[in-house]
Amino acid sequence: MSSIPAKESHVTSYPKFIGRSLWLATEGSFAFYAWMTMLTMLFLVGANAWANQVAGGMIGTNMTDQVSWGLYIANFTFMVGLAAGGVMMVIPAYLYHDRKMHDVVIIGELLAIAAIVMCLLFVVADLGRPDRFWHMLPGIGKFNWPISMLTWDVIVLNGYLVLNLHICGYLLYMRFLGRKPNPTWYIPFVMLSIVWAISIHTVTAFLYCGLGGRPFWNTALLTPRFLASAFVSGPAFIIVAMVLIKRLTGIGGLDHPIATLTRIIRVTILINLLMVASELFTEFYTGGSHVSAAKYLFFGLHGKTALVPWTWTAIGLNITAALLFLWPGLLGFRWRPLLVAACCMAFVGAWIEKGMGLIVPGFIPSTLHEVVEYVPSQLEWKVTVGIWAFGLMVFTIAIKTALPTLKRPAEH
Amino acid sequence: MTSTETDSTPSSKPSLPIVENFSRRAAVKAGFATLGAGAFVAAISPLRQAAKNTSAAEFMQTHYTELSTEQKADVIARLEAETKEKYGADVTIGDDRPIPGTKFVYAINLSVCNGNGKCVEACHKENNHDRDTNQSYIRVIEMPKGTMDMEQGSTTYTGVVPKDDKFYLPVQCQQCDEPPCVDVCPVKATWKEEDGIVVVDYNWCIGCRYCEAACPYHARRFNWKKPEVPAAEVNPDQSYLSNRIRPVGVVEKCTYCLHRTRRGKLPACLEACPTGARVFGNILDKDSNIRWILENKRVYILKEELGTKPAFFYYFD
Ligand code: SF4
Ligand code: SF4
Repeated sequence: MSSIPAKESHVTSYPKFIGRSLWLATEGSFAFYAWMTMLTMLFLVGANAWANQVAGGMIGTNMTDQVSWGLYIANFTFMVGLAAGGVMMVIPAYLYHDRKMHDVVIIGELLAIAAIVMCLLFVVADLGRPDRFWHMLPGIGKFNWPISMLTWDVIVLNGYLVLNLHICGYLLYMRFLGRKPNPTWYIPFVMLSIVWAISIHTVTAFLYCGLGGRPFWNTALLTPRFLASAFVSGPAFIIVAMVLIKRLTGIGGLDHPIATLTRIIRVTILINLLMVASELFTEFYTGGSHVSAAKYLFFGLHGKTALVPWTWTAIGLNITAALLFLWPGLLGFRWRPLLVAACCMAFVGAWIEKGMGLIVPGFIPSTLHEVVEYVPSQLEWKVTVGIWAFGLMVFTIAIKTALPTLKRPAEH
Repeated sequence: MTSTETDSTPSSKPSLPIVENFSRRAAVKAGFATLGAGAFVAAISPLRQAAKNTSAAEFMQTHYTELSTEQKADVIARLEAETKEKYGADVTIGDDRPIPGTKFVYAINLSVCNGNGKCVEACHKENNHDRDTNQSYIRVIEMPKGTMDMEQGSTTYTGVVPKDDKFYLPVQCQQCDEPPCVDVCPVKATWKEEDGIVVVDYNWCIGCRYCEAACPYHARRFNWKKPEVPAAEVNPDQSYLSNRIRPVGVVEKCTYCLHRTRRGKLPACLEACPTGARVFGNILDKDSNIRWILENKRVYILKEELGTKPAFFYYFD
C-alpha cells in the first residue's frame, strides 16, 4: 500500500481509496466487532426469513387483500423520511453558511445513503415476485412513467442515492488525496440535494394521497405532514449518532451542530403536532364516513382496537418529546442523557405515526367498509429487523469511513 | 505504512491512520468475510426451492403485448404443460382477443337480488380460485334499506335471505373507464382492453399490490400462496388473460369471464344467478337488453364522486 503519486489517474486511485476506506472501516475495538457481529446475525435472521417468504409465498405475512400493505411499507415510508431528514444538516451548513455545520454535514449525507438502501430493501421485501424486479428497470422493463407515482418514487430515490454517493464519495476522496475539494464539483450537487430531499418525501406522500378511494390518505396535508415529521426524525437520529460518536471517538466540534439540530427539532416537532391536530379536527368535527379510519385509529371500530395502543403510545411520546424540546436546558451539555431520551421518543413517535399509524389505517375500514385487522407476523418482524440491522451496518461503516475526515475538520 | 502524498495542498499530514500488522489482520478479516458469506448463502438457501418453480423461459418472458404470435403459442404451450405437471389437469388456454365494436357492460337489478350468493360460488369455480381460501371476485354486501352508505352494510351476513329490512349489493370489478388501478401500476402489468375489460398479465405483474390499494371497489385479489385446485375441479376452458391458474405472488381480478364472453357466452355469475338480477351485454348494440335498461331504468353507479366511471350499473325496478 504505497502512496498515490500525483499523476496517477482517478480510475485507479478511486478504487484504491474505496478499498483503503473499507479496510480502515473494518478496523476497530472489541466493542466494534461485537456490534458488527450482532448486526450481522440479525441481518442473517432477516435474510433467512425473507428467503422463506419468497419460497412459501407471502401467506407468511399477516397481510390480507383488505390490508394489502403492512409493516414493510410502513418502514419504507419512515425510512424515506429519515433520508430526507438528513437535509436538515445541509440547509444550515450551505444555505446559512454555518461553518461548524460544514465540518459534520457529511453525517447527514451518510445517513441518507443508509436510509435509501433500507428503503430499497423494504420495497423488495414487499414484492410478491422479487424475481421480476427487472420489469421495473427502464429500458429492459416497462416503465409506467409519468403516470404511476411508484415509478416516480423509484427515480427520485435512486437519484437521491446517487447524488449522496457522489457528494460523500467526492469529499472523502479529496480528503484521502489530501487535496482541497473543488466547489464546482460538489456545491451544485449539494444545492440540488436540498431540493431532491424534499422531492423524495413529496413523491412518497403522493403515492398515498393520490388514491381517491382511500379517504384517510386522500388529504393535501399529507405531504407537509410527511416533511414535518421527517424533519423531526432525521435530526433526532443524527443527534443521537453525534452524541455517540463524541463519546466513542472523542471527536470535537460536535456540540455546536447538536445544538443547532436541537433548535431545529424544537420548531419542526411543534409544526408536526399542529398539523396532526388540524387533521384530526377536520376529521372528527365533520364526521361522516371519512372519519371511520381515524375513529378506528384512536378509539377502535366495531370493537376492533388493534391500533389503539400504538396510536396513544405515539401521541404520548410525541407530546413528551415536544415538551422536553421546548425546555431551554436541553441545549446544555449536562443534560445530554435527557436530550438523547427526547430524541429517542421523537424518533419512535414518528416511526409509529408514519408507519403503523398511517399505512395501516388507510386500509381499515376497507373500501367496502369491512374491518379486517392487521398485526404483523413474526416473519415480518424478522425481515424488518434484518433490514434495520443491515442499514445500521451500512451507516456504521460509512461513519467509520468518514472518521479521519471528521477528526481533521475540513477547510472547505 | 500508509501515508498519502499530496500534490496540491501545503499540509501533507497523513490523512489515514497507520495500520499495524497488516497481514495477520488481513487473514482474520478474510476469515470473517468467508464465514459471513457462507452464513449468508445458508440463510437464503430457501430461495433455491422458489427458483425451482420458475423456469428460465418464464423468467425471461416479455410483456404480453410484446409477444409475437409464435412466442405466444410457445408461452401458452408451456403454461398448459405446467398446469398438467403441477395440477395434473389437461387444460386448453386460449388467447381471446376483444371483438371489434364491442363494449361490455354489466347491470344488476337490486330490487331482485336476494343475496343468495350463488354468483360468488360460480365465480370461485369458473375462475379456478384457490379452494382453501374460498376466494371469489364477487362480494355481496347486506345493506339496511334506505341507505347507500356501505359503512352500514355487512359482507359476512348469515341466516335466511332475503331479510325484510335489507337489500343486497353485489360488488365486483367495475371495469372502470378511468381505472385508478391501471394508472398506478409501475410496470404496466394491467391495462384496459378495447372491449372495456381491465386485465392483468400474470406473467408480468411484480406483486407490488399498489393496484389493490388504488381500487376503490376491493376488486383485486393477491395470490398470497400458490392456488390449490384438485385436478378434477379445474375448469379446463381457460384464457391467458383470465381464468388460467395464477402463479403465486401476483394480482388477479374479475375479467367479465372474457374466456366466455369473448366467445359469445355469458359470464358465469350471470348464469348462476337464480333470480335473474344480472344483465350483461354490449352497450354499442342498440337492440341489446342492457342498452334498453340503461336508457329506461333509474340507474346508479358506486362511488360516482371518485370519477372512476364504472362500466357496471345498479338499478331498481
Ligand atoms: S373496479 Fe377496481 S380493479 Fe376494477 S377497473 Fe375499477 S379500479 Fe380497477
Ligand atoms: S400488483 Fe401487479 S398489476 Fe398491481 S400494480 Fe403491482 S405490478 Fe401492477
